[in-house]
Amino acid sequence: MEPVVNIQGLHHAFGKGQLSKPVLLDINLAIQPGEIVILTGPSGSGKTTLLSLMGGLRSAQQGSLRILDQELLGATKRQLVDLRSRIGYIFQAHNLLDCLTAQENVRMALRLRPSLSYDERTQLSTAMLDAVGLGHRINYRPENLSGGQKQRVAIARALVTQPQLILADEPTAALDSQSGRDVVQLMQRLAQEQRCTILLVTHDNRILDIAHRIIHMEDGRLIRTERPAVAAV
Amino acid sequence: MVFGKFPLPRQEKPLAWSQLSHQRVRLLVALSGISFANILIFMQLGFQSAMFSGTTNVPASLDGDVFLVNEKAQFLGNETFDKAQLYRAAAVSGVATARPFYYNSASWVNPDTGKTTNVTVIAMNPAQPVMSLPAITDQRSVLEQSDRLLFDRKSLPSLGAIPEQLAAGQDVSIDVQGRKLWVGGTFSLGSNIFKRGHVVISDVNYLRLFGAEQANQLHAGVLKLDPTASGSAVMAELERTLPEEISALSKAELIALEESYWAKEPAGIIFDFGTIMGFVVGVVIVYQVLYSDVNDHLSEYATLKAIGYSDGQLLLVVFQEAVILAVLGFMPGILCSLGLYSLLSNLTGVAVLMRLGVGLQVFSMTLVMGVLSAAIAVRKLQAADPADVF
Repeated sequence: MEPVVNIQGLHHAFGKGQLSKPVLLDINLAIQPGEIVILTGPSGSGKTTLLSLMGGLRSAQQGSLRILDQELLGATKRQLVDLRSRIGYIFQAHNLLDCLTAQENVRMALRLRPSLSYDERTQLSTAMLDAVGLGHRINYRPENLSGGQKQRVAIARALVTQPQLILADEPTAALDSQSGRDVVQLMQRLAQEQRCTILLVTHDNRILDIAHRIIHMEDGRLIRTERPAVAAV
Repeated sequence: MVFGKFPLPRQEKPLAWSQLSHQRVRLLVALSGISFANILIFMQLGFQSAMFSGTTNVPASLDGDVFLVNEKAQFLGNETFDKAQLYRAAAVSGVATARPFYYNSASWVNPDTGKTTNVTVIAMNPAQPVMSLPAITDQRSVLEQSDRLLFDRKSLPSLGAIPEQLAAGQDVSIDVQGRKLWVGGTFSLGSNIFKRGHVVISDVNYLRLFGAEQANQLHAGVLKLDPTASGSAVMAELERTLPEEISALSKAELIALEESYWAKEPAGIIFDFGTIMGFVVGVVIVYQVLYSDVNDHLSEYATLKAIGYSDGQLLLVVFQEAVILAVLGFMPGILCSLGLYSLLSNLTGVAVLMRLGVGLQVFSMTLVMGVLSAAIAVRKLQAADPADVF
């Protein structure tokens, strides 16, 4: 099967000329459909840069980067925008729109699908909020939700489009251990139901056990891969 | 959702409206800012129209097809030409009638206060009326009497409370140009800031007031053409027959001459300048609001970019915000201006009207104001880098 993520010989540097500072060096990585991969490592090791390159949020500079059958090296702006809409993002901060209710926030991701009617969009959003356990909070605005609830709305927003790939940057960083655990298990369960691939950047040792593979990163290189004996399924 | 008979497809509220209505205070500040800018612009245009609207009253009410004026004249009454030329024009084939018109300024002593001011005198042959005002043609017999005048009811009060005194049944006499004239009746024409008021007298009384030399000099000749005559042919024939210093103008040209003269007045330029200032104030206010709105929601916009919204879709949100602000801000703006216009009318006695054209002009200025501000504010949005939120 074609890997969802296929990275070969990826280099990336910030700055230009004399001041150029390499952040990613010779990255090679393939992630298969349905895999849950955790990327971990100290701050400044290049995790977030790698994630943002995979998400089409930065332009690739050197090497090959194929995500969901789209080569990102030399991709046009239009192709990047299109790719982004096929990926589910979960941010460290929840990044919900303050002016919209939970349901409206989730529906924002579906507004890019003109094939769905308004009623279908609403139905899907409500169903997804139900799935993350917020069926009773659909008309609340972010300011009236707890940290964990907001992160669950963000997960619902990322998953409602049924993406084949979810990229998550420290989704549990702002949460206490119980809600962090809940959020991750939720992602795991929904990912299995929708057969999607998850790449998770985290420092959080408490959630490492959900991964099929844990990749350690240091100084811009992937240095070690672990396969936990039993991935908690 | 169903509006009357027309079912509309259910849709999300525009994001622009959600953003704006979420922050009530900011919305209120933005709307009052735009209304304020609108009021500034409306006031300038209102002053301008109050000042200049009456300037074409007289040329517009002249009853003729072709008008002869001195070629050097910049407005009606500015220059004169010799009466003999009118007779030459009357002889041109296709010209049915050629009538004299005098338009002069005379001193006027306010009968109530005894103070001297001035009045604009319109003179014509009562047997050959040149104005399409029934009140004047109907009072032809009054005009024919010696030392009688007709008084414009819409003259400024500084000429004296003449209509009231007439209504009370009094005989009113006024010292005009050093001669005692009696008010024989009234008509309605309207003044403006440059003219306190008008009186109409006969050509014979004009001769008595200004002397033979001035009575021989016309301010305009009012020609009517035969219904069958070709206008352009008669015009060409007039140009050939009359000396170079006399121009033959159509009514539209006569009015345009008047308008272009007054538009060049310093006051007109000052009001144009004031209008531009109001516009700039509006742009600054709307820009300020949109800029801080974009700035506060930068991470939200970046998030939308990250989940697949294109730059264009996000720019559209800001432009929608601008248009919503412009439309909502215009309504209180025009309502307040209507109130101020009627206040202004009451204070000055000069009619200040909200014309449809002016309203539409200010509305489109408001839209341009919003879109211009949005165009400046979105430069910030394009800098919203999704990589920064990730």
